[in-house]
Amino acid sequence: MDVHIEHLCKAYDGRPVLKNVSFTAIAGRVTCIMAPSGRGKTTLLRILLGLERADSGTVSLPAHCRWSAVFQEDRLLEHLDAMENLRFVLGGALDGAAARALLTELGLGDTAGKPVREFSGGMKCRLALARALLAPFDALALDEPFTGLDGDNRDRAWRCVLGRTAGRPVLLVSHELPPTGEFDLVRL
Amino acid sequence: MKKNTAQNSIRPWAVLFWLLVWQGASMALSAAYPHGHLLLASPAAALLRLGELAVTAAFWRAVGGSALRIFGGFLLSCLLAVLLAAMAARLRTVRELLAPLVAAVKTVPVVSFIILALVWLDSRSLPLFISALMVFPPVYLNVLAGIAAADNRLLEMARVFRVPLGRRLTGIYLPAVLPYFRSAVSLGLGLCWKAGVAAEVIGLPAGTIGERLYTAKVYFQTPDLFAWTAVIVAVSVAFEKLFLALVDRLAGKAGL
Repeated sequence: MDVHIEHLCKAYDGRPVLKNVSFTAIAGRVTCIMAPSGRGKTTLLRILLGLERADSGTVSLPAHCRWSAVFQEDRLLEHLDAMENLRFVLGGALDGAAARALLTELGLGDTAGKPVREFSGGMKCRLALARALLAPFDALALDEPFTGLDGDNRDRAWRCVLGRTAGRPVLLVSHELPPTGEFDLVRL
Repeated sequence: MKKNTAQNSIRPWAVLFWLLVWQGASMALSAAYPHGHLLLASPAAALLRLGELAVTAAFWRAVGGSALRIFGGFLLSCLLAVLLAAMAARLRTVRELLAPLVAAVKTVPVVSFIILALVWLDSRSLPLFISALMVFPPVYLNVLAGIAAADNRLLEMARVFRVPLGRRLTGIYLPAVLPYFRSAVSLGLGLCWKAGVAAEVIGLPAGTIGERLYTAKVYFQTPDLFAWTAVIVAVSVAFEKLFLALVDRLAGKAGL
């Protein structure tokens, strides 16, 4: 399933943020969207996720496309622990063993029972990524997912993304290029 | 959930001070007038009378009867206020429709409602209706404020992940609303007891605290008046503590 974006425009209070943006995010590949601050990277993802409407242009997706996302902020339920945060999104569909395996892979294996409000920024960031990767999805949007992660943790997180998104498009908004692997680059 | 108890907390020494002032005033009136003790019964006389009343079945029937109606009104009102606040948060029309009603209930003197309601209702239903009426505005407005305070970023996240309403309610709305609901309940329980007993004093339903209070006034039984007033305060505080403990327990279970 590819995501086709054609002639997308969006302005706030008459100030254009997205100007005639067109590209295709190909299934099974990472599309890295780069631009200086304030050039509409997050707005673009918000439009794709259905949280905002574009002023004009089209986004071509299958009717029941399920998105998963890492937002710019962690957007976790601070009073719950890691597993409860995953259960909030996945409900009864949560595979406890798979979740524990991914949390361990991301270096969050020893956080059982600890509320998220006691997590460091980097831990929250990795938990938000785990949530996005465990949720069922057809396309994945990542908005600055590695902010606050050191080199090792960033590489580990990136390997988790590549290992769990096969055959589906990944849209990565970032100030820096992905650590490894092939990607398509879109500059706004 | 954090509770602000440091300020406005009641110290035993302050209570003792005012009890001594009361005792002194009662003794002064008794010394100045032949029947001065009737004008202001002493705290000791009120306590003694309370002890006498507490061992009678009629006392517990009156407390039970009043508690049932007033607390019943409180619970019904809470339920209605939460439901309407949830609807008002979603539908602007409901919010706009209820705004004048809430403002009227907040500003019109309670005695006007009591007299008006007495025209429509029998005296036994009056305390239930009046306490429900008094509790509605604070609970409705606070729950509405709590819903509005729910983190929009979390709601967006739940929307993207297609989280069902039930989990959104318990995971996002409940933690946002509970602190608001708690303060509304604390305020509302005090209000509903004051207004409920006032309704009983005017409507005089048989076997209630209000009726006993009125009888004490008619027969100039000031120790009874103070004893029943102490009962109202004690029952009101007990219900508040009990209900807030339940709310806190719910908050604890939700990890707040």
